[in-house]
Amino acid sequence: MPQLNKLHVSPSPHVHSGDTVVSKMGTVIIALLPAYLVGLYYFGLGALIVSGVAIVSCLIIEFFIQKFVLKQKSTITDGSALLTGLLLGMNLPSNIPAWMVVVGAIVAIGVAKMSFGGLGRNIFNPALVGRVFMLISFPAKMTLWPAPMPLNMHYLDAETAATALSISKEFSVHAVDNWDLFIGNAGGSIGEVSALALLFGLVILLIRKVIRWHIPVSILSTVFIMAAIFHFASPDHFPTTPLFHLLSGGLMLGAIFMATDYSTSPMTSVGMLIYGVSIGVITLLIRYFGIYPEGISFAILIMNGVTPLINKYVKPKRYWEGSKK
Amino acid sequence: MLFKTFRLGGIHPESNKLASSFGTQVLPLPELVKIPMVSHIGAPSLPIVQPGDRVKVGQLVGQANGHVSANVHSSVSGTVLKIDTVVDTLGKEQTAVFIKVEGDEWDEKIDRTPDVISTCDLEIPHILNKIMNAGIVGMGGATFPTHVKLMLPQGKKAEVLLINGIECEPYLTCDHRLMLERGEQILVGVSILMKALGVNRAIIGIEKNKKDAIINLKKHLKAFNGIEITTLKNKYPQGGEKQLIEALTNKQVPHGGLPIDVGCVVQNIATVHAIYEAVQKNKPLIERIVTVTGKSVKSHGNYWVRIGVPLSFVAEQTGGVPEDTGKIIVGGPMMGRALSSLDSVASKGTAGLLYIQNEKARAKEEGNCIRCTQCITDCPMGLEPYLLKSQVDMSLWTEMEESRVMDCIECGCCDYCCPSNKTLLSAIKQGKQEVGKIIRDRNK
Ligand code: SF4
Ligand code: SF4
Repeated sequence: MPQLNKLHVSPSPHVHSGDTVVSKMGTVIIALLPAYLVGLYYFGLGALIVSGVAIVSCLIIEFFIQKFVLKQKSTITDGSALLTGLLLGMNLPSNIPAWMVVVGAIVAIGVAKMSFGGLGRNIFNPALVGRVFMLISFPAKMTLWPAPMPLNMHYLDAETAATALSISKEFSVHAVDNWDLFIGNAGGSIGEVSALALLFGLVILLIRKVIRWHIPVSILSTVFIMAAIFHFASPDHFPTTPLFHLLSGGLMLGAIFMATDYSTSPMTSVGMLIYGVSIGVITLLIRYFGIYPEGISFAILIMNGVTPLINKYVKPKRYWEGSKK
Repeated sequence: MLFKTFRLGGIHPESNKLASSFGTQVLPLPELVKIPMVSHIGAPSLPIVQPGDRVKVGQLVGQANGHVSANVHSSVSGTVLKIDTVVDTLGKEQTAVFIKVEGDEWDEKIDRTPDVISTCDLEIPHILNKIMNAGIVGMGGATFPTHVKLMLPQGKKAEVLLINGIECEPYLTCDHRLMLERGEQILVGVSILMKALGVNRAIIGIEKNKKDAIINLKKHLKAFNGIEITTLKNKYPQGGEKQLIEALTNKQVPHGGLPIDVGCVVQNIATVHAIYEAVQKNKPLIERIVTVTGKSVKSHGNYWVRIGVPLSFVAEQTGGVPEDTGKIIVGGPMMGRALSSLDSVASKGTAGLLYIQNEKARAKEEGNCIRCTQCITDCPMGLEPYLLKSQVDMSLWTEMEESRVMDCIECGCCDYCCPSNKTLLSAIKQGKQEVGKIIRDRNK
């Protein structure tokens, strides 16, 4: 018999699902890969540099803040800083100077994440805060995207082109074919161009139960339905079709990967639906009436701010409420 | 085929029913038993024997003390050595009657033949009396005195009797074996209970992974009126009273209410078997099946163990504690207790002895809550475990009450699924204690 004085005593339960923060973050990263690879294909060297700088600077900044400022144990291995870096990179044009990316990373990790207490405590999505900070600070660079060109070897000097969304905003025309938008053969930020690849990522997230369907589905369907209503009610004022709205800009990337960020989105199904529908509405309003061509980033950040309120008032369905259908 | 289950939350832990194919064996008798005066929720029983007294198997040694309390009988024959204390599985000291085992002489009133007696002509009060005298308690874990549970509050009427054959705790197989080996007796027990409650319908809920048990019970079913068997999906914690009621009847017990508020009385399979033995065979509750198992155990088994047998003796007789054991659990891995030693004894609620390997025994390091919503999704009561935990950390008791902490059934699903290894349940239990105190003070 083994020595019984070494028995471990702890409260129940004594078994665990085996899920870890790393496995959850890792799955999100894997789900992002298809869209990321499409981005690398169409934007080449620039995409590699920009995303690489974003990832590395996020990791280094988190490490330094924890080590020297907060003097706490490093959580760099949990995968969340890596994910923030990847998301930030994928939300940027591939021809943006590296130092601007570093500034974005500092804001994302330093301001939006660590100053709130790190993973799980932040109110606003770090990658989006970084991106929006860059958009406001470097508006020219942030709104000039390279044209898609397979295996492009140019970085800062890549040939630029207006995006489908900005053209449609200015000239009220469909400049890019929906099919190109679907597969990713279009100008835009590195990770947002291929709706197909992003939807593939969504399937991975749902199958692995990393996220629930409520947020992405409510955002996408709200945008689609609302755009359809506007378009068919007044095609002259709103020439863009609902499908175009669904496929263009950062909507897919935002709805699937940014709005579903754990810390900054609601905790209950009903809360998630309120949040998702609101994001859809705000996004489309900005696209129609705002000064920026794209509204998903702002919409998500606004609803991030409302999330604590939603969590306070929207409670999960309790056991004794309502019966089974 | 679509099987029914409960609606909210729930998890699918690895079932690990490693011992399910091992038929029950009778554990030999030790030299000494320590019969605890508490193996039930409620007031401890009063010992009614003196050192030097000779007792037989089935003889009353502890008298129920007060309303919510249960009789305790000697599980062996021999001489009373002393009345002393024994550490129970919670680590608390309890009064116990120490008996030196001499032979195995049973009380003459007890019918020890294997014959199944299926007719019962007793009047209801007589049945209830026999159940009370036999010291029967809920054997599914809660160990609430059964006769108290059968006394329905004024003005309430039972419509249906639900029998819990779920055994959703991983590893445990004692109820499964009972359904396989004592199917007919169980059905007689159910019909006796139906009579005692005045209901003409009973539903036995069994999860679909126990097909053989379902087949066995169905084989005998023809001879009984009003008993149904419902096959349910596998899902933990389906054996929870509220979850079982919902799975079988589609009804929810109201907030703060009891099963009888929706016309249900729930009894566990092992309890029903004990009721059969008490009413038809005059046998008090002196033994039960204990599953001995674990990943490193070579010979898994299900043993008939007398109440009061030291767990160290159980371990010795069943192949010993495996070398790589880092934790010993009495009960299942979801709700069972980790023991600090094998000094305690088998009680009426001891369903299993489970050895956890060293590398699985240690708690993993806790991280920040990443707000992944998993604990909310999996909580069968629709609570927000992550929120309750932070409310405990800040001692926000009023807020906790509003967050319905008192509805927690302590199933552990939240801890099980948390990717950050948060110890949610222990915090929530602490919160329940504090809030419970506040509620009691308010109602004074
Ligand atoms: S499961 Fe754990 S990490 Fe996820 S929300 Fe609940 S407490 Fe937080
Ligand atoms: S232990 Fe309580 S809070 Fe946790 S899942 Fe079970 S009922 Fe919900």
